Amino acid sequence: MNLAAADEPAIRATGLTRRFGSLLAVDHVTLAIPRAQIYGFLGPNGSGKSTTIRMLCGLLRPTEGGVIVLGEDVTRNPEAVRRKLGYMTQRFSLWEDLTVLENLHFIADIYGIPRAQREARIRSRLEEYNLGSLRAQRAGTLSGGQKQRLALAAATLHEPELLLLDEPTSAVDPQSRRDFWESLFALVHRRTTILVSTHYMDEAERCHRLAILERGRLVAEGTPRQLAADIDAVVIEIEADDIEGARRALAAVPGVKSVAQLGTRLHALLEREVADPQGAVRAALVRASVQAAVERTPANLEDVFVAATSKNTANPGPARAA
Amino acid sequence: MMEWLRQSLGRIWAIAAKEFRQLGRDRLTFGMVVGIPLIQILIFGYSINFDVRDVRAAVVDDARTSGSRSFLAGVEATQVVSVVARLRSPRELEHALDSGEVSVGIYIPPDFERRRLEGSRPAVQVLVDGSEPTIESVVRALTAVPLVTRAGLYRNEVRPVEIRTLYNPERRTAVQIVPALIGVILNMTMVLFTAIAIVRERERGNLELLITTPVKTAELMTGKLIPYIIVGLIQTTLILSVGKWLFDVPLAGSLLDLYLAAALFIAATLTLGLVISTAAQTQFQAVQLSFFTMLPSILLSGFMFPFDGMPQAAQAFAQILPLTHFVELVRGIVLRGAELSSMPVQLLKLAAFFTIALLVAALRFHKRLD
Repeated sequence: MNLAAADEPAIRATGLTRRFGSLLAVDHVTLAIPRAQIYGFLGPNGSGKSTTIRMLCGLLRPTEGGVIVLGEDVTRNPEAVRRKLGYMTQRFSLWEDLTVLENLHFIADIYGIPRAQREARIRSRLEEYNLGSLRAQRAGTLSGGQKQRLALAAATLHEPELLLLDEPTSAVDPQSRRDFWESLFALVHRRTTILVSTHYMDEAERCHRLAILERGRLVAEGTPRQLAADIDAVVIEIEADDIEGARRALAAVPGVKSVAQLGTRLHALLEREVADPQGAVRAALVRASVQAAVERTPANLEDVFVAATSKNTANPGPARAA
Repeated sequence: MMEWLRQSLGRIWAIAAKEFRQLGRDRLTFGMVVGIPLIQILIFGYSINFDVRDVRAAVVDDARTSGSRSFLAGVEATQVVSVVARLRSPRELEHALDSGEVSVGIYIPPDFERRRLEGSRPAVQVLVDGSEPTIESVVRALTAVPLVTRAGLYRNEVRPVEIRTLYNPERRTAVQIVPALIGVILNMTMVLFTAIAIVRERERGNLELLITTPVKTAELMTGKLIPYIIVGLIQTTLILSVGKWLFDVPLAGSLLDLYLAAALFIAATLTLGLVISTAAQTQFQAVQLSFFTMLPSILLSGFMFPFDGMPQAAQAFAQILPLTHFVELVRGIVLRGAELSSMPVQLLKLAAFFTIALLVAALRFHKRLD
């Protein structure tokens, strides 16, 4: 890798669009993913995360737009980046009737890792991802967390510069998810660029940068902190015993975009234009005679997500980045 | 260049080895490799039988001479018919035929000895139930040679000596069926195996991972074919051995020629499986499509019915089927002792099928999901 290329983003997508018949799965997504960072795709199911990732690794051809991955035009020449790219599919896609070791051997041979390095490389992966004791076990009999560690071991066996992970933790318990993310940071530390799609807020929070996708469109992009600061709404937290009463009262307040419950608290997102949001909420609660503590709080990522996605529901047909 | 080739061969080998390993672990498929040929050869070898034996017959002997008795003994000795009833009059004989009690009636008239000496009129009448075409043709065939005069559709003359020499049914069918059976069994298993081997990986998501790796389409396909070519040759050996051991099928030609022809045929059917795999999305569809190609192969290839008897259009269509050409090759080598070099047309047609099908499969199989 030369130095000039090092500053170049790992992925640069311009106006990336994909249609399946009449369905617009990905709608003019433009983004740049910097190197040696974890970049997150956050969005509900069907928001176009998988389709975008598949276009980025050349599995699907874009209907419109282009992608440059690690300096190569993936749409024209997908083979050029295959060696520098590791891809972990949403579904476990190694061979369930082969053992852990056999799967890794096969992947090593497919990537043409020289015999001399092969064993050492596999041993280090087995150790790193805690698979040593499972080496002779058939992959089909592994637990969700073990399968995912094996998939990561296989995807990183050829030391790719870029790792694409499509909802890697969807079938995994919380402890395994934590461990998995520790492994990802270890990889980033070794200068690997990682693109990960998720629908977990806590995972999105861990990313260096984040893109929020909704119905194929990129609706927000930035670091989690930046996104929270730039949120296009005011977040009001209401703590009340009569949560249902509070909810009903809030429905009457003008400028409320959404209300979400977090245990005994409600998070209400109000439009920025509302002059005194706290006062408006308090007044509405008093009118409904609901006892509540009302406070303005900084936005969390969930608020960002709700604000970004509800905007488009209210206004279908937003201006697109040209 | 050498490095590129080394890497490419390495990937093909990796895929072939993986496929072998999976084949060994998948008990059902492994069972099919050995089980299908064994069961098929036993079923087909024993049940597809054009030899007609022990056809139920009734006899009316109005001559009652030593000549007539020895004639009847001779007829029974052929084992083509077995006499189940001795009746008193031609009327009773016709009645027995009408009721379906017997399929053949033999009538020996009182002047049997004189007729035999004169030779101008048939000495014996054989009445055959014409509603069963195979029986009719068999008995007809057995009476065809000594025919002096034809006395109507069901009435023919028989001479015992000729019956025995003409009809020696013991081995013919198995000898004809078993070599062609190699083709039918290979056709059945090979198409199915490859179609499933690829579609299964598509269904389980393995393919999505594989196509993001540096493996090329041609390497993937070659790697998938190699294990099944070997499986096909094992099946060929199995059928040949059972054919020799159980059905006493001789091999007139060279064993090497037979294996070469089989290898080419296996490659052709495997590529047909590859084409199917590019069209089918699920294993179920792959199985259905495989069977869809199998039935015409079995019916039109000349395995079941004589090729020459088929309508022109069917004959033309059968030219597309690899089995048609292999049946000709294998019968030539096994039965006539023909050399492979004497049948270049069939070889070329198989090679053409292989090339075209492989091309179609490679073009249809994108290293993409769309």
